[in-house]
Amino acid sequence: MSEGHWSEHYPGPTHQPPVHVDRVHAGGPDVAQHPKLQHHFDDMGQQAEASTLGMWVFLVTEIMFFGGLFMCYLVYRTASPEGFAEASHHLNVFWGAANTIVLIVSSLTMALAVRAAQTSAPPKTQVFWIAATMILGAAFLGVKAIEYWDKFTHHLVPGPNFVWEGKHPAAAEMFYSLYFCMTGLHALHMVIGLVIMTVVGIMAWRRQFDENYYTPVEVSGLYWHFVDIVWIFLFPLLYLIGGHVGA
Amino acid sequence: METLNYLNNGHGLASWLLTRDHKRIALLYLASITGFFFLGGLFAFMIRLELLTPAGDVMSSDTYNKMFTMHGVVMVFFFLIPSIPAVLGNFLIPIMIGAKDLAFPRINLLSWYIYVLGGIFTLVAALSGGVDTGWTFYTPYSTAAANSHVITAALGIFITGFSSILTGLNFIVTVHRMRAPGLTWFRLPLFVWSMYATSLVMILGTPVIAITVLLVAAERVLHMGIFDPALGGDPILFQHLFWFYSHPAVYIMILPAMGVISEIVQAFSRKNIFGYSFVAFSSLAIAIIGFLVWGHHLFVSGQSVYAGMIFSILSYLVAIPSAIKVFNWTATIYKGSVSLDSPMLYAFGFLGLFTIGGLTGLFLAAMGLDIHVHDTYFVVAHFHYIMVGGAIMGYLGGLHYWWPKISGRLYSEPWAKFAALMVFVGFNLTFFPQFVAGYLGMPRRYHAYPDEFQVLNVASTLGASILSVGYVLPMVYFTWSLFKGAPSPSDPWGAQGLEWEIPSPPPTENFHVTPIVTHGTHQYAPSKEVGIV
Amino acid sequence: MFTNFPLFPQQASVQASQVDGIYFFMLAVTAFFSLLIAGLVVLFAVKYRRRHEDEVGAAIHGSLALELLWTVIPFLITMVMFAWGAKVFFDLYRAPAGAMEVYVVGKQWMWKVQHMGGAREINELHVPVGRPVKLIMGSEDVIHSFFIPAFRVKADVIPGRYNMLWFTASKPGRYHLFCAEYCGTKHSGMIGSVIAMEPTEFQAWLGGGNASDTPAAAGEKLFQSQGCIACHRQGAALQAPLLTNKFGSTVTLQSGARIVADESYIRESILNPQAKIVAGFPPIMPTFQGLVSEEQLMQLVAYVKSLSTPGTAPAGAPANR
Repeated sequence: MSEGHWSEHYPGPTHQPPVHVDRVHAGGPDVAQHPKLQHHFDDMGQQAEASTLGMWVFLVTEIMFFGGLFMCYLVYRTASPEGFAEASHHLNVFWGAANTIVLIVSSLTMALAVRAAQTSAPPKTQVFWIAATMILGAAFLGVKAIEYWDKFTHHLVPGPNFVWEGKHPAAAEMFYSLYFCMTGLHALHMVIGLVIMTVVGIMAWRRQFDENYYTPVEVSGLYWHFVDIVWIFLFPLLYLIGGHVGA
Repeated sequence: METLNYLNNGHGLASWLLTRDHKRIALLYLASITGFFFLGGLFAFMIRLELLTPAGDVMSSDTYNKMFTMHGVVMVFFFLIPSIPAVLGNFLIPIMIGAKDLAFPRINLLSWYIYVLGGIFTLVAALSGGVDTGWTFYTPYSTAAANSHVITAALGIFITGFSSILTGLNFIVTVHRMRAPGLTWFRLPLFVWSMYATSLVMILGTPVIAITVLLVAAERVLHMGIFDPALGGDPILFQHLFWFYSHPAVYIMILPAMGVISEIVQAFSRKNIFGYSFVAFSSLAIAIIGFLVWGHHLFVSGQSVYAGMIFSILSYLVAIPSAIKVFNWTATIYKGSVSLDSPMLYAFGFLGLFTIGGLTGLFLAAMGLDIHVHDTYFVVAHFHYIMVGGAIMGYLGGLHYWWPKISGRLYSEPWAKFAALMVFVGFNLTFFPQFVAGYLGMPRRYHAYPDEFQVLNVASTLGASILSVGYVLPMVYFTWSLFKGAPSPSDPWGAQGLEWEIPSPPPTENFHVTPIVTHGTHQYAPSKEVGIV
Repeated sequence: MFTNFPLFPQQASVQASQVDGIYFFMLAVTAFFSLLIAGLVVLFAVKYRRRHEDEVGAAIHGSLALELLWTVIPFLITMVMFAWGAKVFFDLYRAPAGAMEVYVVGKQWMWKVQHMGGAREINELHVPVGRPVKLIMGSEDVIHSFFIPAFRVKADVIPGRYNMLWFTASKPGRYHLFCAEYCGTKHSGMIGSVIAMEPTEFQAWLGGGNASDTPAAAGEKLFQSQGCIACHRQGAALQAPLLTNKFGSTVTLQSGARIVADESYIRESILNPQAKIVAGFPPIMPTFQGLVSEEQLMQLVAYVKSLSTPGTAPAGAPANR
């Protein structure tokens, strides 16, 4: 087990001797010693790319997470299409549509928040857009709370108190089980989103973001857009079965 | 070890529990995973003790059912899935690619805490009376009939799943974004390729088991009726959701071991791997096709015959890349300079046992034959050949290979060879008789069994006793080496790879200067450029 | 312990040799490749053992020809295995027409067997040698699995649906019956015997012993006591489909789909009447979920079946949907 003996003839994979070289990255500033540069990254560009790639990978896992529920929905709706349509008619399309608009607008305000940070806009502007996004998010949750309360008072919560007058009680109960699971999981993600926004908002208030460093805003934006897109799928699948309009 | 390295760079509990160093986190995982391994082994011991006699005379049926359930849950979720990725992957990936750490060191530490939290939930479930659903949690038994701590165990698995997801996420971003200059994809060590493929499976599959166990817990509490036919649900839907993850999960367990074998076989033949790109692409092929075969667990459930046929043919296709790897490893040894150090002995054990285990999988993929052997000890033997004869051999081989790098110490090679032999002999005696018992018709999860199966079960228990000695020995001599072992040079084996160019143990930042890579990391003999992708 | 340890199960059904055929083929392939790899590894380890400290291996990187060889050959072998396995599976799950039907209900932790002639068994199943037997199985609680190793047949028994398996016993004798899907505390106690008898002895066994109602007769009684007959008869005020000659025929549903009225359809229509309503009828049938047990459901199914003259049942109907 002698070291370096035959390896004199067969050098290892590296140059002799190794030389320090600044990494060159596609895009991204190459600011040495930026206070936010973590020690294991070579430059801010690499760090920003790693963070955004990390968030994309995380969103893929979220697609798979929600995907399991969408699969359950697919199976049971295929088994009882009329039952699901009948149950869906009891959901309030107005509030569902309103919530959809609210979330789409909130994605706009989020994108503007990212843009503000990216263009080194004053912290006030950044915080404004983040706060706007949060207000819209809170509005969404408020509407959902109203809807859930409505379900509770009309005995539409699956379990021993579930009452269904229509033709397909079993399918309706399954529909509402999925309704609560899917919108509940989505709402939980919204709440987490609001917590993330609070943290990012505080960081923006403290002047931490400019064109050289705005990654937290960008990755929070990705997360927020994802939660929005999940709702874009939930709305038609839950509220618009059977193509009806009006409660 | 007077020089500053990652082990003595900072003392005290806080410097370990709040570390961001991937190497220290790997050791945190090593400690907790070893603990769970012995817990799972304890449950196995109880099982084999009971199965010495045909009658159920050592413990009650309920207790026995909890033993095999907890054995499965602990071994699958708390040992096999994290083992190589969280210990060897965490330690080696940054070093192998010339980086100072993984992309997200704090998330790495968080993943360990999540693992521990999930483990605590599972321990609570075990200590407060156990779970008896089988690690597969089939409904409606698990949602409606079981009287055990299903929800606690399900939550434990749910939580630990996020540890797996975060580890995979970290590895993917690290390999994409933090390779040293000149280190193109096709110059990467094969261990990194297999860890990358494993990470793809981790991030795509684990969320599905997460939502599935959450639904099981919800159904148990809220009586929702997603999986319980008495409430309008479909128990086969559960099986599809469960196996959609749990089949790819077995590739999470074996791909890293295959990566270890690629490294060991090259190092101890002092020869480049035969067919590098074939081995690399085979890892990806296994990961991808592995997502398409889950229905082979449902052949006798009454699912459509045509669906069964699709799953059967894909199950055969997923075996091909594994076969390609076995042939390539064997061809690597040809005209090599072969040294039979203990890591290589484990690799040899892997080659034989994984071949048998993999081929017996083909028995199960044959639909007509699966009818007979499904849910018998044939299946138990098959997956233990792969998981123990394959994955654990790979894990132990990797620990033996990289121990000098990790600890800076050399262990006792004669004892290591002896332990490898004990493991090999004990393993075969434990599990080969189970193939015979299974084809004879002995079902799985049986507390008591007809007399004619006893000889086979006695042989199996005898083998398990020998196997357990083989597992305890490394604990002893590895620990001994920490105090009394000779210090290790950078490259005790005369192997190639970036990890062998830095000191043993490495400094905290791995590389004082970022290396520049000019050709493949394994070049045992001068050859033409592998090629830039 | 040492006087009785078989190493291979006996073949007691016509199907057994089909299954064993695949098994021996795969055993041969496994033995061949395992010995090949093990042999080569040992050979290379010895022949190419390191002779001095500085030695390195040869500069070989690969061979496209070899890669293709050991990709294509395993591919061909596995495709043979797939085709063979699929063929045997088809045979094992397509019961021949005229098979003797037996109903089985699994419940924690026993098997209840109901012959069409009225004989009932617990944890035992008597069958004649040389005649196809088809088991129609349901569960009262959790998933079980009906497994006869000597016959090489198995099927999961799942609550909420019917699964089927069939076999032809070839040798008289007593054979193990196991539950092969974990189902709780006494899973390993949910065992029994399948007793194959020469046809004349089987007839004798059927004739003697318990003379309880045939399932069809019990079903007819239920049909009246549960009130089915109020609507499912000629001239009822609330007209429901007449059930004579209905079993096994193709019906058109309200949705336009056409399905075969088999055991599962009858069962589903009793428990969830709105799911698949026949075209032209109002959706007013009440559900009997919770009012009838699995056994009673089988009796009702048997009764409806008995209303079809032989010949309307579809020949070679797939045992699993």
